Amino acid sequence: MKVLDPTSERAPAARALAPRPDRLDGLTVGLLDISKARGDVFLDRLAGLIGERGVTVRRYAKPTFTKPAPVDLRHEIATQCDVVIEALAD
Amino acid sequence: MAQATSPVLPDGLVAVVKRECPTCSLVGPVLVGLGAHVVSEDDDRGLELSYRLKVETVPTLLRVEHGRELERTVGWSRQSWEALAGVPGLGAGLPESRPGCGSRTLDPAVADELAVRFEGHRLRSRRVELGPLEDEAESMYDRGWTDGLPVVPPTESRVLRMLSGTGLDPQEVVAVVPPDLIECTVEKVAINAVLAGCRPEYLPVVLAAVRAACTDEFNAHGVLATTMPVGPIVIVNGPVRRRIGMNSGVNVLGQGNRANSTIGRALQLVIRNVGGGRPGGVDRATHGNPGKVGLCFAEDEEGSPWEPFHVSQGFEAATSTVTLFAGEGSRGLVDQLSREPESLARSFAACLRTVQHPKLPAGFDAVFVIGPEHARVFRTAGWSRADLLHRLEELLLLPGSELVRGAGGIAEGVAPALRDTSVPKFRPGGLLLVHAGGGAGFFSTIIAGWANGPRGSQPVVVEVGA
Repeated sequence: MKVLDPTSERAPAARALAPRPDRLDGLTVGLLDISKARGDVFLDRLAGLIGERGVTVRRYAKPTFTKPAPVDLRHEIATQCDVVIEALAD
Repeated sequence: MAQATSPVLPDGLVAVVKRECPTCSLVGPVLVGLGAHVVSEDDDRGLELSYRLKVETVPTLLRVEHGRELERTVGWSRQSWEALAGVPGLGAGLPESRPGCGSRTLDPAVADELAVRFEGHRLRSRRVELGPLEDEAESMYDRGWTDGLPVVPPTESRVLRMLSGTGLDPQEVVAVVPPDLIECTVEKVAINAVLAGCRPEYLPVVLAAVRAACTDEFNAHGVLATTMPVGPIVIVNGPVRRRIGMNSGVNVLGQGNRANSTIGRALQLVIRNVGGGRPGGVDRATHGNPGKVGLCFAEDEEGSPWEPFHVSQGFEAATSTVTLFAGEGSRGLVDQLSREPESLARSFAACLRTVQHPKLPAGFDAVFVIGPEHARVFRTAGWSRADLLHRLEELLLLPGSELVRGAGGIAEGVAPALRDTSVPKFRPGGLLLVHAGGGAGFFSTIIAGWANGPRGSQPVVVEVGA
C-alpha cells in the first residue's frame, strides 16, 4: 500500500551542542528569566555568586513564559553573551 | 505518477463516446456526417480527456472554439444537436431522442484509480510504500503518525477525495504550525484529516480550526507546551453544523458522532505530525485530559433562547465559524431544584468560582455549556444572554479578603495588597456562554481554560471558508 507522508518531512537531523567553555573568566554570562514565579529569586542568587567571581553578568527576561522568546531578545542575548543560564519552571 | 499536461481539445464539434453505449452506436453515422472529432473513452487519451471535461454521460456533444468549450449537450436529442451544430435535418430515421449511458469515468470500479492517474501529480507529499507483509495500522503507529488510536491510511485516492471538500489549491499554505513552525499546506491538512477519519465535507472546518489554532492570539505552542491539562477545543457555529451532521444535542461532548469525533482529532494530528508537537516532547502536560485526542462540538442554535454564540461575537448568523478555546476536560454542574433565574445564576457562579482554584481570579477563561433545561429557566423569565452574563459578573466579583494568600488556611491565593479590593473571577469577555446538550437533565457543563489573554491564550473565532 502506498500512502502519503502526513509529517513535515524534515529528517530528524541531530544537532551538536555548542562547545562549552572550561572557565567563565573574562566571559559575559546572560541570566534569562522566563517570567515564571520565583525565577528572579533563583537568578538573583546566581547573579550574586557569579558576580563575586568577577564575571560580567547581564540580565534578560521573556515577556511571558507561555511563548517562545521573541526573536529580538534571542538576538540580543546571542550577540551580547558568551554563556546563558535560563531559569526554567517554578 | 500521471503526466501533468492535459490533452488538447480540438476546435469544432467534439463527441465523447464509449463502445458499449447503444446510443453512441446509434448516433455514429450522424457524427460521421457532421465531421465531428470523436473521443472514445475506450482508449487512454480519450478517457483522460473525458475525465478532464468532467463528462458524466455519453454521448456528450461539445462545440469548441480556440480550445475552449462553448456549449454541450448529452445523450441524443435531434433538436438539441441541431441547435448546437447549427445543422438542420440530423439523423433522419432516428427517434427524436434517446438517453445516453454513464461515462466510464464515473464507474465506481475505476473512478478512484482515474483520479490518482489524472490528478495524482497535484499531491506533492512524499510517498511512503508500506510493505506487503506490513499491517498498515501497525506500520503507521510505528512511524509515530497516530495519537495512539488507529488511523485511516492516507492513500492518494483518499487524499484526493478529501481535497474535493475544498476549492483551495492543495499547495496553498494554511498556517505556520508550531512548535516546529512548519508551513502547512492544504494537502498536509487533508492527509491528516484522512488519518483522523474525516469526510471531505468536514475539511473546510478542519482548515478553519488549523488557521485559528496557529494564530499568535491562540498560542498553540504554549497550549501544547504547558504543564496544565489543556488542549485546543473547537466549537462550531452556523449552517455548516447541520450541513455536515454535527451533534449539538444528546451526549454533545461525548463519542458517537463522526464530525464531532474527527474534526478536533484532525487538528491535533496536524499539530503532532506537521508541527512536531508530541507528548513528552514539547507537550509537557502533567496530566493532560481525554479531550486532547480531539474535542469538537456544535452549539444548539435552534433550541437556544439566545442568539448563537458567534453572533454574540459579531458574526452574521448565516456565517459558519469555528471558535478555538484552550480548555481542559469538561465537568458537570448539577442544579435540579432552581426554577428561578436568580437561584440558578447563583448556582452557576458558585461552581464557576472553582475554575482552576476558588482563590484564583482573573487568570483563566471558561466555556460554560448551558444545558437546554437550565436555559429554559432563563427563557421563561425573559433573561437575555447579556442579562445572565451581567448577573454572573456581579456574583463573581470576589472579595480580596477571601482570595489572599493564607485566607481560609490555604497558601494559594492572590497578593496581600489585594486584600481590601474586589476582584472579578473572569476578565471581561472571559466567560463564553454556549447552548448545547440533550433535552433531559437540569445540568450544565464547565470547561475551564488556561492562562488567558496576551500572556497565554485568547479564544479565537474564524470564519469557515470554502
